[in-house]
Amino acid sequence: MEHYLSIFIKTIFIENMALSFFLGMCTFLAVSKKVSTAIGLGVAVVVVLGLAVPANQVIYQAILAPGALDSMMGITDPAQSIDLSFLSFITFIGVIAALVQILEMILDKYFPALYQALGIFLPLITVNCAIFGAVSFMVAKNLTLGESVVYGIGSGVGWMLAIVLMAGLREKMKYSDVPAGLKGLGITFITAGLMAFGFLSFGGISL
Amino acid sequence: MSSETKKVLFGPVIDNNPIALQVLGVCSALAVTSSMANALVMSIAVMLVTAFSNLFISLIRNQIPSSVRIIVQMAIIASLVIVVDQVLKAFSYQLSKELSVFIGLIITNCIVMGRAEAFAMKEKPGISFLDGLGNGLGYGAVLMVVAFFRELFGFGTIFGMEVFKLVQNDGWYQGNGLLVLPFSSFFIIGLTIWAIRQWKPEQVEED
Repeated sequence: MEHYLSIFIKTIFIENMALSFFLGMCTFLAVSKKVSTAIGLGVAVVVVLGLAVPANQVIYQAILAPGALDSMMGITDPAQSIDLSFLSFITFIGVIAALVQILEMILDKYFPALYQALGIFLPLITVNCAIFGAVSFMVAKNLTLGESVVYGIGSGVGWMLAIVLMAGLREKMKYSDVPAGLKGLGITFITAGLMAFGFLSFGGISL
Repeated sequence: MSSETKKVLFGPVIDNNPIALQVLGVCSALAVTSSMANALVMSIAVMLVTAFSNLFISLIRNQIPSSVRIIVQMAIIASLVIVVDQVLKAFSYQLSKELSVFIGLIITNCIVMGRAEAFAMKEKPGISFLDGLGNGLGYGAVLMVVAFFRELFGFGTIFGMEVFKLVQNDGWYQGNGLLVLPFSSFFIIGLTIWAIRQWKPEQVEED
């Protein structure tokens, strides 16, 4: 239990998807003008990450990992061992796209209010680098199924925290006097940099 | 070269830069800019993927049903990225280790998707190829500027060659620790945007 808790805390604060690995930046910068939309997108990312990371973990370990298919195909000679890991990119992106599509249909049918609220954000999530990044990190770190569930939800919560904080800052920033050339994107970049600087201090926590 | 082609090819470098103006492809721009060699490889990889995905998508644009176009685009982009990844692993294993998950993340790099959706779905193959090349160039230009400042002032080197002799090696230059850390690229990109907008005031955003 402690092990899972430490992964959870670590993914939210120390290895924050947005502010330590800079993943999902396109949406992070583009959709952080209002707190309410930021929360909506954040929730959607948490749900998709919580599903996509474990789903891809199962597929990777059962089919794509080096030697995973050997017992099923009856191969005993290590020289003939099947290694499909080069297919992992295309498989992951397919699984993510399919998951987002299914989620969209389920929400549309059973939770129309939530579907309306999320609206355009759901399809956008397919190309959110945070999802694909978390899946790639899951493979690189060789997580088990249980760990990958925690890792997925944790990184989603971390990303949501970052985008909501950013939106809060930007709402206040409307009233400040920013030099003309820095308005909009420029100052947003610098704010994000300062936030990342702040999050760096969590790096000192040892779990 | 006709003025039309020139505009498509070189327009995205300053006038319509994917990172500085369109807010696309920021995701990977930040983490791979600690050394100029990494940034160069990443720029070339993105340029090739964008150009060829634009070419192939444009070739079959009349056959793609619009309801499944995202998946079709994804499949094409993912296959191209797999090729890049495998080539890199075969010829420069060290670099592919350093870039780790970021090569895979080209799939979700919004520049590739964005150009496919905004340009290649409407235009002829030849011009789409150039548009992809141009946008890759614009992305690469920002990446190289950021990497130049970070490597020169952070480590005192350019492409690994010593320019400023560091204090550790009995030189005179004290490396700037801030620029070694990844989030410093936020500040550099923010300031680059400011510089571009001072030069081209029509890019300044209204409130």
